[in-house]
Amino acid sequence: MHTDAPKEGLEKANKYVLSRKLDQIFVNLAEVYRFVVRFFQEVFLPPYEWQEVINQCFQVGVRSLPLISLTGFIIGIVFTNQSRPSLADLGATALLPALIAVAIVRALAPLVTALIAAGRVGSNIGAELGSMKVTEQIDAMEVSAVNPFKFLVVSRVLATTFMIPTLTMYTMIVALMGGYVNIHANELTSFKSYINQVFDAITFLDIFSSVIKAFVFGFTIGIVGCYKGYNSSKGTEGVGKAANSSVVTSMFLVFIEELLILQIVNALRG
Amino acid sequence: MKENIKIDTTNKVITIKGLKKSFGELDVLKGVDMDLYQGENLVVLGRSGTGKSVLIKIIAGLLQPDEGSVNVLNHEITGINEKEMDALRLKIGFSFQNSALYDSMTVRENLEFPLRRHEKELSENEINQRVEELLEDVGLSQTINQMPSQLSGGQRKRIGIARTLILKPEIMLYDEPTAGLDPITSMDINNLINEVQQKFHSSSIIITHDLTCAKITGDRIVMLLDGQFQRQGTFDEVFTTEDERVKAFYDYNFTD
Ligand SMILES: Nc1ncnc2c1ncn2[C@@H]1O[C@H](COP(=O)(O)OP(=O)(O)OP(=O)(O)O)[C@@H](O)[C@H]1O
Ligand SMILES: [Mg+2]
Repeated sequence: MHTDAPKEGLEKANKYVLSRKLDQIFVNLAEVYRFVVRFFQEVFLPPYEWQEVINQCFQVGVRSLPLISLTGFIIGIVFTNQSRPSLADLGATALLPALIAVAIVRALAPLVTALIAAGRVGSNIGAELGSMKVTEQIDAMEVSAVNPFKFLVVSRVLATTFMIPTLTMYTMIVALMGGYVNIHANELTSFKSYINQVFDAITFLDIFSSVIKAFVFGFTIGIVGCYKGYNSSKGTEGVGKAANSSVVTSMFLVFIEELLILQIVNALRG
Repeated sequence: MKENIKIDTTNKVITIKGLKKSFGELDVLKGVDMDLYQGENLVVLGRSGTGKSVLIKIIAGLLQPDEGSVNVLNHEITGINEKEMDALRLKIGFSFQNSALYDSMTVRENLEFPLRRHEKELSENEINQRVEELLEDVGLSQTINQMPSQLSGGQRKRIGIARTLILKPEIMLYDEPTAGLDPITSMDINNLINEVQQKFHSSSIIITHDLTCAKITGDRIVMLLDGQFQRQGTFDEVFTTEDERVKAFYDYNFTD
């Protein structure tokens, strides 16, 4: 309810355990932790704002679909094209469909989708909630006894958490199509045989771990954008900052999560 | 000027005693005592940054007091839980300094927003009716499908007031209802505040530094100076004084 509380306490005490900056980092971490906990407390409790969740899902889709389509397709073409010479050196161009399938499904699609969504959706959430905070719209919800956290934060985080995996699957398909276009043009492989080779190369674990990864990315992008916006400082400058740091922070976290999940999945592969 | 106003001075809807609030080193409210009687319009005057907004934000539970007691409709709000506070908030209307309309929603959706969530038994027809009636009350029926960004400052203020009225609050809190408006639009708002008082029999706190607004809407006026209420009474009582700080306030309002 009172987002200014921890900062206030810190300033009032006016002494710092380590240094001002380090203390602030820990205070922020504690705040983020509480924000995430609050999300899990409220997501299961009625009333549910389904309409708003659907509306936000739609926003996430509309915002990122054009850019994801274009980027996914081009990455498929370019990646295939750039991989060809190395395989050709080994006389193994026949393995091209298998190679790009694995690369796209395991790594490229979730990462590209998440990065684009962080830029398009994360910044938008940060700016939107930031300006609602600054213009007291969040306070207005609160005084009309509507829980702004539920209406604004829960709906957006749910939307990104479910839409990023959906979009990731879409990116896989589009990028594989890009790969096909390039392979068909060069090796004259038929669509049917391309698809067969693709599905031979990837396993259920590949797809499953990518979707799980995308869930984590989606949750991260939603939570970070909402947190930054919800706690943005007063003034128009605060809104810009919220949007900007949403993107930077969520991209940074996406990379870290990518590395962590990679380790886990590798361990599972044995 | 005002007729048919019944003020029940035996019935206090808000009682504040020894209220203190600071932000870090900055002491904003330093012991405020205040009563609001059923049916009255209480005007709180004070210069920018004296903590007028902070005062009503505490009443609406948006900020926590540091010290003192704040009793609203027989509920002590210090230490109240979220659920009780929400129940109380349904009886309090808060008109924000900058209107705070939801700018992703149309005027209609702005008004429906609290209604749909708190009076679920209403049919679509009844909701429409309530919205249209209220828009007529504030004289803005034609804006029903517009977005807030398409409205003028005065229109936004009135829509903001309409949105708070839709749940029929017992207490209205107006934060600088006429700030930034031209004198004629200000007059419309002043009249609207008086109409609300008459029609809904609500009790109101009106925060302002516009003395015309204070004079027209206020049944009683208090002045917030240095974190405390220094003077109170009718408009003339408050300004019949030798206190330089009060006189300065009056002079600047009417001589610039
Ligand atoms: N959430 C907050 N955190 C820190 N300081 C705050 C907060 N809210 C208000 N203040 C400070 O408290 C003081 C009083 O603010 P307040 O908004 O109540 O002034 P005001 O009397 O309403 O002035 P104005 O007429 O300009 O609206 C200001 O100095 C402001 O900086
Ligand atoms: Mg103010």
